[in-house]
Amino acid sequence: MSEVKPDTRDSELAPPALAAALAETWRTPVGLWGVLAAVDHKIIARRYIVTAFAFLALGGVLALLMRLQLAQPEARVLSPDRYNQIFTMHGTNMMFLFAVPVMEAMGVYLVPLMVGTRNIAFPRLNAFSYWIFLAGGALLWIAFVLDMAPDVGWFAYVPLSGPQYGAGKRADIWAQMITFTEIAALAVAVEIVVTVLKQRAPGMSLDRIPLFVWSMLVTSFVVIMAMPAIVFASTSLILDRLVGTHFFNPAEGGDVLLWQHLFWFFGHPEVYIIFLPAVGMVSAIIETFARRPVFGYLAMVMALIATSILAFGLWVHHMFVTGLPRLGQSFFTASSMSIAIPAGVQVFCWLATLWDGAPVFRTPLLFVIGFIVTFVIGGLTGVMVASVPFDTQVHDTYFVVAHFHYVLIGGAVFPLLGGIYYWFPKITGRMMSETLGKCSFWLIFVGFNLTFFPMHILGLAGMPRRIYTYQPDMPWYGLNMFVSISSLVLVAGFLVFFIDAIRSTRVGVSAAENPWDAPTLEWATASPPPSYNFAEIPVVNGLSPLWDQPGCLMVASGLRTDRRELIVSTVAAAKPQVREASPRDSIWPFWAAVATTVMLIGSIFTPWAVVWGSVPVAIALIGWFWPKATPEDES
Amino acid sequence: MRTRATRGVLLALLPSSVLAGCTGWQSAFDAQGASAISIKQLMVLMVVICSVVWALVIAVLIRALWRGREQVERSIGPDPVIERRTARVVVAAVTATVIVLAVFTVVSFFTTRALTLAGHDDLTIKVRGQQWWWGLEYLGPTPDERFETANEIHIPVGRNVRLQLEGIDVIHSLWVPGLAGKQDLIPGRRNELTLRAERPGAYRGQCSEFCGLQHAHMALLVIAEQQETFDQWMRSQRERATDPSDAEIAAGQQVFLSRPCAACHAIRGTSATGTNGPDLTHVGGRRYIAAGLLETTRGSLAAWISDPQTLKPGNNMPMVALSADELRSVSAYLASLK
Repeated sequence: MSEVKPDTRDSELAPPALAAALAETWRTPVGLWGVLAAVDHKIIARRYIVTAFAFLALGGVLALLMRLQLAQPEARVLSPDRYNQIFTMHGTNMMFLFAVPVMEAMGVYLVPLMVGTRNIAFPRLNAFSYWIFLAGGALLWIAFVLDMAPDVGWFAYVPLSGPQYGAGKRADIWAQMITFTEIAALAVAVEIVVTVLKQRAPGMSLDRIPLFVWSMLVTSFVVIMAMPAIVFASTSLILDRLVGTHFFNPAEGGDVLLWQHLFWFFGHPEVYIIFLPAVGMVSAIIETFARRPVFGYLAMVMALIATSILAFGLWVHHMFVTGLPRLGQSFFTASSMSIAIPAGVQVFCWLATLWDGAPVFRTPLLFVIGFIVTFVIGGLTGVMVASVPFDTQVHDTYFVVAHFHYVLIGGAVFPLLGGIYYWFPKITGRMMSETLGKCSFWLIFVGFNLTFFPMHILGLAGMPRRIYTYQPDMPWYGLNMFVSISSLVLVAGFLVFFIDAIRSTRVGVSAAENPWDAPTLEWATASPPPSYNFAEIPVVNGLSPLWDQPGCLMVASGLRTDRRELIVSTVAAAKPQVREASPRDSIWPFWAAVATTVMLIGSIFTPWAVVWGSVPVAIALIGWFWPKATPEDES
Repeated sequence: MRTRATRGVLLALLPSSVLAGCTGWQSAFDAQGASAISIKQLMVLMVVICSVVWALVIAVLIRALWRGREQVERSIGPDPVIERRTARVVVAAVTATVIVLAVFTVVSFFTTRALTLAGHDDLTIKVRGQQWWWGLEYLGPTPDERFETANEIHIPVGRNVRLQLEGIDVIHSLWVPGLAGKQDLIPGRRNELTLRAERPGAYRGQCSEFCGLQHAHMALLVIAEQQETFDQWMRSQRERATDPSDAEIAAGQQVFLSRPCAACHAIRGTSATGTNGPDLTHVGGRRYIAAGLLETTRGSLAAWISDPQTLKPGNNMPMVALSADELRSVSAYLASLK
């Protein structure tokens, strides 16, 4: 109860007493209660990251099963039904349960540290987001275990996923899983936007925001603008299936292509939701290991923003063979080509940074070099498929499978793994092994290229994607066998990575505050950071605060230590405005998530679940927002 | 001369052994149709330019990593003179990117325009995509010139053939890579695709939009032949089914008409008029049955009829319990329908 305690400020306490007071105020209780009620952004993000990597491993197992089936013609390892479930699960799992959540989770962990604040904005929403994400993932995987997983592909085209051809509850489970991940992603996006715009450390004006934070900010805006399209799409699909509407039924005035427009209006920006955070990680890693600020900061920020805007203007390139008017196709060819310009700007700026820098070859930088080598291939094949005539030959073939794995693994997973090696000491307080790191990099890099490059050739040689087998007289056998064997090298690389990560949490060398001599604020606090992140809020007067003011960061004071408080600052110049209370631990986000989960899963079976299910949700939200009579903020 | 040059470049880019395994009757590498040929030229152009771009980026990357590796100290602050020089290089690189992209856009626009468009007097074939086979209807100027067939399109060499594409149940996509790019068959819409084979031959195609359980086994064959051969084929297709020539075949016809077969399949000239499955009037003359699954022989017909669900799990043909004699005679009958 803050009323009975004296109003203590951080400036009144000596460093050890200050740390003790802050630790008491910000600590997360131990035990089950603490687990369920935690709102510390670092705890939530750690859970998010670990869960997402668990989904990565599961998705990898699915990929291996597919490669086992495709290694030989007319193999009978998997039935066609199981195969169709598996490739749908692989795509859905990797996109919705791994790639997007893990990128957002990295943002949840790092953004508050990088902008120098004590917790993310709306920390309870953050906790809620994780529980919802976990429930959505569990729903999908339980369905898979019960042999009723979706089998309509990760973009679930109607009419195949519609009421007439998608029997059972499989497509409903897919659509509702989408709802879960939409809610989780939107929640995180809102938190990150507010954290970046309103909680930056004093002095961190817009032109001093680290590039990773910029990339998370831009990504979050893309999430906020792209998700409504898929919310509408998946909801209308469920309505078609559950209550007999006809959004997508041509016989009753609906339109089959409407689904594709809605899905890809979301689905294409989705790629950038995954890719832009990775770009931010690349900038952070290059800056540290080339030991100079990234060349062309303004150009990089503009490229991020340009990418995010263009991302909404090229969804039709997924629909070049649906018979659209010629003029529309030409427009979307031009717009799809043009997104290569901001991508080019970024690659050139990174190269310039390396050129003028003094690179140190540690594992994170290796992954970034691997990123440039593979992502440029993915980008160039992307330019090729943007051309309508070329696309009519490769659309829905293994060429496209190769292309998007180059973009998503080369363009996003490589930087992510580099990012894990880079930030692991900050998150766990221990270094990962440099030897195992290099070993895993080379296995992954070589294995990846051997696995996916031949797929370009397979696609041009006529192999469509999503076929559970092929006939012995097709000339694809040799390359498919080669790809399947190469995938084992890739898997070995990931195994080394996982072993290294798990091992290093126990036996890794203890990390100092700033083991890489990095310039940004997350390295200005202990590794791992205390619950309150910073004992004193740093003041920023440059783009690379830890290089500009080595060892003597200026700090702001005046925050209370007896209750959770953080600084709210102005959007552009980051001038301190008010002291804002930050919410304490609460069990209500967990109950709200449970109630929402029951409602959403119930609605797979009956529309009445939405009506009756909203009652417990309302009760949970009332508990969540019950006023506590504490002042919210003070100027 | 031009093709030889482009082929040479392609061979230089990809190991020739790999490429040899990729030519075939369902390959974009082995282009024999007008649009496939122009797309292949576009592809070669793009692959060459993109390879050069990639090689340049990698060269710069290697040089950048090499030259800085001996520096021990972190640079204190970027030198403004060097920064300006670097900025000029970056701007030049971005400009080059814009030019390359503009060239690609323009070239791809003109390639699209050049893709042959059929006139209305050309041969028109209605293609119906359905789970998991292709229904074909050759349209003619008069109703008695039209006829039904399935899974095997015959076209005359050197002529534009207009395909009217209809999705019956879910979305399918018609793709015969040796002749042209693909086009979707969408319920509630009508799309068109023009094929023009420059050389006679058999070109395999396959559904390339995921359409459910047996998406993998939904192939079709395009057979391009000289005009006279084609005309002859068309004349024979318009005919009704041949009458049984011996007792076993006659018994087979009786089995076909008295058992559930006729509920789904049509054989012109008999009382079988079902439309759920492929028209079988000349099934014995087609090279494959079950949408490219098995070569047409009496044995494969018998195997297919006796157990369609093991050969193509989930397809819409039920297993009809026939005695050994019935199976023998009905397969003889179907094989005789040339």
